[in-house]
Amino acid sequence: MPETLLSVENLSTVFDIGGGNPFAKALELKAVSDVSFTLEAGETLGIVGESGCGKSTLGRSILRLIEPTHGRVVWQGKSLTDLSVGEMRKARRDLSIIFQDPVASLDPRMNVGKIIEEPLKVAEPSLGRKARRERIEKVMEEVGLAPEMINRYPHEFSGGQAQRIGIARAIVTEPKLIVCDEPVSALDVSIQAQIVNLLKALKERMGLTLIFISHDLSVVRLVSDRILVLYLGRVVEIGPRREVFANPGHPYSKALLAAAPIPDPAIARSREKTPLKGDPPSPINPPSGCAFRTRCPIARDVCAEKLPPLVDVGRGHRAACLFTGDVRADEAIAG
Amino acid sequence: MTLYAGKREALEDAFIGRDDEMPRGKPRSVTRDALRRFRANKAAMTALVVFVLIVLAAIVGPYLVPYDYETPDWEAFTAPPSIESGHYFGTDQNGRDLLARTLYGTRVSLLVALIATTVSVIVGVLYGAVSGFAGGRIDSAMMRFVDVMYALPYILFVILLMVMFGRNVFLLFAAIGLLEWLTMARIVRGQTLSLKEKEFVEAARAAGVSSFAIILRHIVPNLVGPVVIYASLTIPEIVITESFLSYLGFGVQEPLTSLGTLISEGTGAIGSADWLLLFPGGVLVTMLLALAFIGDGLRDAFDPKDR
Repeated sequence: MPETLLSVENLSTVFDIGGGNPFAKALELKAVSDVSFTLEAGETLGIVGESGCGKSTLGRSILRLIEPTHGRVVWQGKSLTDLSVGEMRKARRDLSIIFQDPVASLDPRMNVGKIIEEPLKVAEPSLGRKARRERIEKVMEEVGLAPEMINRYPHEFSGGQAQRIGIARAIVTEPKLIVCDEPVSALDVSIQAQIVNLLKALKERMGLTLIFISHDLSVVRLVSDRILVLYLGRVVEIGPRREVFANPGHPYSKALLAAAPIPDPAIARSREKTPLKGDPPSPINPPSGCAFRTRCPIARDVCAEKLPPLVDVGRGHRAACLFTGDVRADEAIAG
Repeated sequence: MTLYAGKREALEDAFIGRDDEMPRGKPRSVTRDALRRFRANKAAMTALVVFVLIVLAAIVGPYLVPYDYETPDWEAFTAPPSIESGHYFGTDQNGRDLLARTLYGTRVSLLVALIATTVSVIVGVLYGAVSGFAGGRIDSAMMRFVDVMYALPYILFVILLMVMFGRNVFLLFAAIGLLEWLTMARIVRGQTLSLKEKEFVEAARAAGVSSFAIILRHIVPNLVGPVVIYASLTIPEIVITESFLSYLGFGVQEPLTSLGTLISEGTGAIGSADWLLLFPGGVLVTMLLALAFIGDGLRDAFDPKDR
């Protein structure tokens, strides 16, 4: 049994909105509600969902870049959410993040060396200048950049190169967990493949654990061991990749899979079409009961009354639908 | 270290692929780019040369002129400009050489502007950056304080400060700098609000960098553009303020002089001794125009998109 590296327990992140008006009734936006999962060392968890479903907020809440409102994040047995600011700062050397926009994530006034150096300085203040420089050059080599680029500035690089710099910064402290927040969605497809392969190779080599956030199922499929499907801040399905892709237990996951583009028109045409209608409801005022019921093809009256719990549907696969059986039976007929 | 474990095979190297096409030319920092654009701007460069000449004249000029700014020339009262007498700008009603006085006045005006601008930049940038970065209630409280300061009449402050500092002109202008920072703080705060949402700031937080270090290392350097631009606009503002206060009799006192004092004396002599107004006025106008062009050039250099 591999060790549990990270466990997220009932994590919720609520934003107060309504601006600075102290007289207006404060509105709450539940970006993440009641999310729980565990992550084993060396595992890659893919988090998928539509825009605005709370993927990024979840990733940032785990790292406490956004303070979660409720729940705990337990990292190697100690609760990150209970750490003081100073202790959290120390813990950060094991945790890292890669951002979506590679250029915006690099300070335009710093050269590559300074950018990569920053986390290293915090994590290992005792390291001398020369030793730091060596580490930086080594890490640049690791991510496929020439060490001669060390004096260059971010705007001189292509998107792919900039993302490599971002990755170098993320791995320079030799972290254990990296949250990849849509690391390839701002890149060209050919570059996407490079970056995904680089991440996979680094993961192997350094024994990393990844949380891979993306709305692109084909990318998630490539890297993830397990998949977590998020809808309006709630986990609707979580399970091993193969299981979720082959046999989704929630109508939303099913629709999501059906909507993923297939590069072969013959297969695409023959595929059953279950497009989702409408936009996701507002997270400020979510529907009662199951949040997905407003767009669900199999919704019934009970769905409005009861919040469906996450139930085991076999083989480490859990889904939050009252009619999982129907979803899967339907799938079996169609498949 | 897992990083360099024996697993690193040639195969994997090929698999990762490299992306190390070097950008061409010398490394270009944002500041270097801005300076290059500034140098390409003819109007701004000309203005810069003019301004530097005025500054040089104000610094070394008084030593080169045969007359000093306070000793009357008993041979020449209210003498018009002439080459033979050596009073190139003429003399005033007390027989003092106007060229020496103008050079000295320029020096005083520039010094005052420099002091006040430096004070306002330092206070304004730190206050605005802290306020914007802290956000929430701290930000509201700090900005309401700025609003209150804005609402207080300026002249009242100046009179109060006069009482406090007596006749020390430079302290007075340090204090004026302490009033001038308000606008700077607002500008900086606004910029900080947008900067702190940038991903590179989040990356620094994720690395465990302290808030103070983030402000100094990531926020302030990225404010250079707007701050330089606004500071270049503050200098003429303070020169004018100084002129205005001197005109009212609050500023520099005799026999010391400033451009503002000279101009206010000159206005009294219009018709009888026009040169008393024309020369100091000409210097002030030239200086302000040069500064305006420099400020404009800096804005274009730092924000090429806003042109």
